[in-house]
Amino acid sequence: MDRILLAHGSGGKLSHELIEKYFLPYFRNPFLELLNDQAVFDIHSRVAFTTDSYVVDPVFFPGGNIGDLAINGTVNDLAMGGAKPLYLSAGFILEEGFPIKELEDILSSMKDAADSAGVIVVTGDTKVVNKGKADKIFINTSGIGVIEKPINISAHNLKVGDKIIISGPIGEHGIAVMAKREGLEFEKEIRSDTAPLNSLVSDMLSASCDIHALRDPTRGGLATILKEFAISSNVGIVIYEDKIPVKDEVRGACEILGLDPLFVANEGRLAASASPDAAEAILKAMRRNKYGKDAEIIGEVVSEHKGVVILKTLIGGKRIIDMLMGEQLPRIC
Amino acid sequence: MRYIDEFRESEYANGIIDKIHSISKKNVKLMEVCGTHTVAIFKSGIRELLPKTIKLISGPGCPVCVTPMADIDKAIVIARQKDVIFTTFGDMMRVPGSLGTLQKQKADEGLDIRIVYSPLDALKIARDNKDKKVAFFSAGFETTTPTIAATVFQAYMDSLKNFFILPVNKTVPPAIKALLDTPELGLNGFICPGHVSVLIGSNVYKFIAEKYKRPAVISGFEPVDILLSIYMLIKQIEEKDAKVEIEYKRAVTPEGNKKAMGIMRDVFEPCDADWRGIGVIPESGLKLAKKYKGFDAVEHFGINIPAVEDKTSCNCGDILRGLKEPPECKLFGKACTPENPVGPCMVSTEGSCAAYYRFAGKDN
Repeated sequence: MDRILLAHGSGGKLSHELIEKYFLPYFRNPFLELLNDQAVFDIHSRVAFTTDSYVVDPVFFPGGNIGDLAINGTVNDLAMGGAKPLYLSAGFILEEGFPIKELEDILSSMKDAADSAGVIVVTGDTKVVNKGKADKIFINTSGIGVIEKPINISAHNLKVGDKIIISGPIGEHGIAVMAKREGLEFEKEIRSDTAPLNSLVSDMLSASCDIHALRDPTRGGLATILKEFAISSNVGIVIYEDKIPVKDEVRGACEILGLDPLFVANEGRLAASASPDAAEAILKAMRRNKYGKDAEIIGEVVSEHKGVVILKTLIGGKRIIDMLMGEQLPRIC
Repeated sequence: MRYIDEFRESEYANGIIDKIHSISKKNVKLMEVCGTHTVAIFKSGIRELLPKTIKLISGPGCPVCVTPMADIDKAIVIARQKDVIFTTFGDMMRVPGSLGTLQKQKADEGLDIRIVYSPLDALKIARDNKDKKVAFFSAGFETTTPTIAATVFQAYMDSLKNFFILPVNKTVPPAIKALLDTPELGLNGFICPGHVSVLIGSNVYKFIAEKYKRPAVISGFEPVDILLSIYMLIKQIEEKDAKVEIEYKRAVTPEGNKKAMGIMRDVFEPCDADWRGIGVIPESGLKLAKKYKGFDAVEHFGINIPAVEDKTSCNCGDILRGLKEPPECKLFGKACTPENPVGPCMVSTEGSCAAYYRFAGKDN
């Protein structure tokens, strides 16, 4: 038996075998191993709750796979509200014929990602669909976290004078996936930046609670979330091209593909808007964490041009940064 | 890949900007022919750094933007044929023809239309799917065309029977000549394309200086390249000189890439071509040479689509010739946006309207 069969999702003997033999060993914890229809736990705090589905193609890419992405993505969505992620659910939709060895590799990555983020998968579900009705494997994760500090972090909360901080170089995840999908090879392999950011957020909040907004620039990239910040808070944002970290190999790949790194997806980066008095302390704290060691202050919030993000270019010109429109397509000339 | 140190670049750029300000006296209109230059100019904010005497006009240099409606319709009709896999560069997916766009027809009719990054990918699809017919939307200027020519040549050598192209390729020098023959444009100089010129060389532009007495500078794509090219043009104009110069010396030679041009001339031959918004420019298109006619998708499938009148009320034609700026079109930013483009200049990321909208703002 080395491939997923429809019977694995039937609820019968093979379903049980799949859970006992593959899922439980990776995710074992007191909540999950009861194998009840639900996990039961107490929480006495403000709670953050989120859900996300993962359908990445290809399933495996340099630097990660759909499994660690599914854990990190939901951990990060909780962390971006200033919450400490605790419990996750994981729902799997498997395509008939999916190799069980690959499922195990994915589960193993999920375990590693959950361990390093300090979260546990407390409940789950598996369905199998006919071949061709899904693309290999889809994963949904939901998560619950607690907010322990007196904070108000929201895209609606930017204040004029705030500094905009990015936690590291941008564009690596999107380029890694695109290169793998299209069979492109570069001199230096570009790896996804997928990572759990809850420890980074926790370090930032220890340095100061004056963080007004946090978001991870996933689909649509840094440009799109800054535009969302500007619109939601009705403020202007100015960023400086020479301050935005982009690795040479990502810049090179973007040149070849005709893409703008500002619009390329990240899975292990965050952008923050923090009050100017606290920004330096937050930046220092970020640089001490391995997921923020290349953090930079890249701009500030201004009262002019409300709802508009302006980039000051290397040569002193300026241009408008808008949201991503449609898919980024490669240029032809 | 190496990049100039960013601090030095900014210092160097400022030095050139100062020099341009100090020598520019006359009011001049310079055209950047190539869409990649248009994007680079907007991305780095060059326009606002120049003195008021210098006006930059965006030209027709985006192969997507100048593809007429009838060619898009042909693509859709070919994609509808039985057992056809239609392959195209991504930008072409959203260009509207009179029958719709490839993107919409793919979704509505379930046509097998695939985005490829190279014509060689299309060839591979043909090899892997011998029971299908694979057609490739062959668009592009001299930068792209030699690769397509090499692909057709490869298919010919392999006697591949299920690979076809829809050739809508165009060449740049005849378009520049057509612009020079439009006196109301009043162009004083040309920033000539960098990538195209790597292939065709600088000698082919001599007519600009010799016949039309206008200066031309072939430019690279970094902000400093473009600023330096503008400086070189202004210097020539102020000194009443007219010659063809190469700023992009690290890539462009007077002769160009003879091998690439050789294969292009073997596979394709010149023909008159319709440029969207501009009209027919003599000898500005490429069709398959007789030896390779068997690869022509239009002939193979017997497609017969007459030229359709561009009924859109947008000003793409005037914009492509530099007669109008994007905000002067009444559709710009209202009925016509990158999400919902009416005219081709808004579709391609290298179109002037899209560049204007994205980088200078729709209200600018």
